[in-house]
Amino acid sequence: MATTIKVTTPEALDLPFTVAGRAFRSRLMVGTGKYASNEQMVRAIEASGAEVVTVAVRRVDLDRTKEEGILYHLDPKRFFLLANTAGCFTADEAVRYARLGREAGFNDFVKLEVIADRETLLPDPAGTIEATRVLAAEGFKVMAYTNDDLITALRLEDAGASAVMPLAAPIGSGLGLVNPYNVRTIKHRLSAPIVVDAGLGTASDVALAMEQGVDAVLLNTALSSAEDPSRMALAMRHAVEAGRLAYLAGRMPKREIAVPSSPTSGMLGG
Amino acid sequence: MTRAGTTGTAAAATEARQGTDGASSVVRVVVNGQPRTLPAGQTLAELLRAHDLDPRLVVVERNREILRDRDAFASLALEDGDELELVHFVGGG
Repeated sequence: MATTIKVTTPEALDLPFTVAGRAFRSRLMVGTGKYASNEQMVRAIEASGAEVVTVAVRRVDLDRTKEEGILYHLDPKRFFLLANTAGCFTADEAVRYARLGREAGFNDFVKLEVIADRETLLPDPAGTIEATRVLAAEGFKVMAYTNDDLITALRLEDAGASAVMPLAAPIGSGLGLVNPYNVRTIKHRLSAPIVVDAGLGTASDVALAMEQGVDAVLLNTALSSAEDPSRMALAMRHAVEAGRLAYLAGRMPKREIAVPSSPTSGMLGG
Repeated sequence: MTRAGTTGTAAAATEARQGTDGASSVVRVVVNGQPRTLPAGQTLAELLRAHDLDPRLVVVERNREILRDRDAFASLALEDGDELELVHFVGGG
């Protein structure tokens, strides 16, 4: 008699990714910057299966007759638009952008970025903690971009962050997860969801990040600067699921000796 | 006072300058960092329309204060010295 094979999906084997009580079906979040065209961006986002999509707040270009806003290309009913404070160098500036983003948007979530250094785009821990405190008090659900330092991550959680987003490597670098130990430690020590944001370059980077047990990853340049963004988006979608399932499954211990996989008994006599 | 119509900003400004009450017929404002001279009495809704902007897709900050009530744009006359920021969502990571 044939055995019935139970088909399982990643969703059936895992809980949804939840931030501040809001559940998301995908553990992959994507940005919308730097694509060659809006059409290419939309195709890549659709291939990624992402629900959370980040956007930036900027002045409208008064000299353009054609509307260039992202809402002309992304349906806010299909995607959860997460406003960022990219480009802000002080807590005050980031708070101002967050408030504008909340007014432009459809939710009270913000991806908080307070950048300290123009060359490396590394975050300003003090400014990020300060802005988190202000925004959390105003009811924002703050998802705070930070470096991979445990103490800063703990302070952000104390300040009221709804999620903490340590970098894998500098923004746009594609260097991959440079310090898996730090990210793993942050995940172990915080109760807030952890999203690895920035620096991931390809599918193996994403799988490695998810294997540390983090809740989600956020990608932008890895897709927009790939030769084929849609194909890379699909690869990343599988990588997120693969890394997540591998983490949940629990990997075998590493050994520095060989252990045979086939029986050692029952060998033919010499 | 000459009331600005729904025509283009430049035409309305010309019309305003030809008004009889001289100095008060225009207001000088700054929109997204650019100095602009507008006919006195021009409303925020008219300014947005002149730039072909959908009020539902734009957030307006006036003198550092976000204007939450979009229905009030039609009755909000811009004042001399107003600093406006008109922002929207663009692609970003």
